[in-house]
Amino acid sequence: MTYVLTGAERPLSGIGAFRAKVTALDPRMRIVMTAVYAVVVVSLSNLWVLSAALGLSMWLLAFSGLPPRKTLKRMAMMDSFIIFMLVLLPFTVPGTPVLSVWGLEASWEGLRRAAEIALTANAVILAVMTLVGSMEPVTMGHALFALKTPERLVHLMMFTIRYIDVLREEYQRLSTSMKLRGFRPGTNWHTYRSYGYLVGMMLVRAIERSERILAAMKCRGFSGRIILLEDFRLRRADLLFAAALTAALAALIWAEAFYAAS
Amino acid sequence: MHIVDGALSNPVVIGGAVSAVGGIAMGLRNLPLERIPAAGVLSASFFVASLIHVPIGPSSVHLILNGLAGLVLGWAAFPALFVGLLLQAVFFGFGGLTVLGVNAVNIALPAVLVGLMFRPLVARGSPLQGAIWGGIGGGAAIAFTTLAVAVSLMLSGDEFILAAKLVFFSHIPVMLIEALLSGAAIFLARRVKPELFVDTKGSLA
Repeated sequence: MTYVLTGAERPLSGIGAFRAKVTALDPRMRIVMTAVYAVVVVSLSNLWVLSAALGLSMWLLAFSGLPPRKTLKRMAMMDSFIIFMLVLLPFTVPGTPVLSVWGLEASWEGLRRAAEIALTANAVILAVMTLVGSMEPVTMGHALFALKTPERLVHLMMFTIRYIDVLREEYQRLSTSMKLRGFRPGTNWHTYRSYGYLVGMMLVRAIERSERILAAMKCRGFSGRIILLEDFRLRRADLLFAAALTAALAALIWAEAFYAAS
Repeated sequence: MHIVDGALSNPVVIGGAVSAVGGIAMGLRNLPLERIPAAGVLSASFFVASLIHVPIGPSSVHLILNGLAGLVLGWAAFPALFVGLLLQAVFFGFGGLTVLGVNAVNIALPAVLVGLMFRPLVARGSPLQGAIWGGIGGGAAIAFTTLAVAVSLMLSGDEFILAAKLVFFSHIPVMLIEALLSGAAIFLARRVKPELFVDTKGSLA
């Protein structure tokens, strides 16, 4: 089976198979740098500078050891969601007309704005997927806890990560049995009611499962403390990577200011 | 329904982040240690539910079910849905990072509001009555969410007004589907496990 979050064919520990340079770096540093990166890129507006940012994200992807095609496909999927909004923009932003479709004028300014949003969104999400998404989900939870995220929120996240695959299997079992009984989805009341029952059944089973989990955890003396299995340490490679990325971001900010001035 | 990075203006992004922090804090305060396994497993089930595509005419839509999440989880729906959005952004590339707060408010605040308003009604009366209120709540949550998405776009600039209107009107069928599905889910849950919604304090069942 494939795992929902990591998309890997093998269990979580198998990710080490394509462990590359970025994945060896300190997860805490990667999370912090990703946040800084996102804030900087969102504040940029020059199209050349944003293209450079997207190039930087692509470079991070090449450096991360994630499967490039799969990751870019996911990025393209996000684009398919926003394409609708982007296509509308040239027609709704007033400005110099560039072309007209069925009597509607598309403005140059709107086209620029759409390109700006597309570049920003892609650059940021690609960096997020390569720097943070390349971690094992559990490691991300531990790193967030090490970065002072509230303990209960981390617990909630760890439970979600742990049970997504379990519940998806439950969903697949239920939908297989529906199929075996001749269920064919369509646009009708029967379909929506059946899906509703499916979701309801999943919730009931989830609650019952959580009761068993709680009992098992109590039995083992769970006190709500998160025990970190690995201790995170900033090594020289981490500092170097952070410094290089900071320098690249500083260059982007400088270029933005330079273009704004000229 | 996810908004991406770079589309919204700074005040909207910052306002969203601040409100999201408030909502998460409020949710965690209503989440004692004993309830964390239940909230976590439910959070995972809503994550899985959002992967389900239901047919609508020639196309299909994926479920959001934030109304149902609010009805089952109450205030805890806020951090639970936030976690789902965070995981979607990081591992699937849906949405964005700086807009995480805005997206969380847009999806989780309607969930919590529906939970507070309809939860007592869903637990009362016959399963069918509960299901009808649950359906209304499920539809209302999506309506609030699309409205919130539209408002966050409109606050960011006049150029988004058309997109915002289209977002709202194109989601009317989704509201109906979510209403039907939530109603059916509540009907089943009320019959199979009535204690799911029976709780004196109105917190997580």
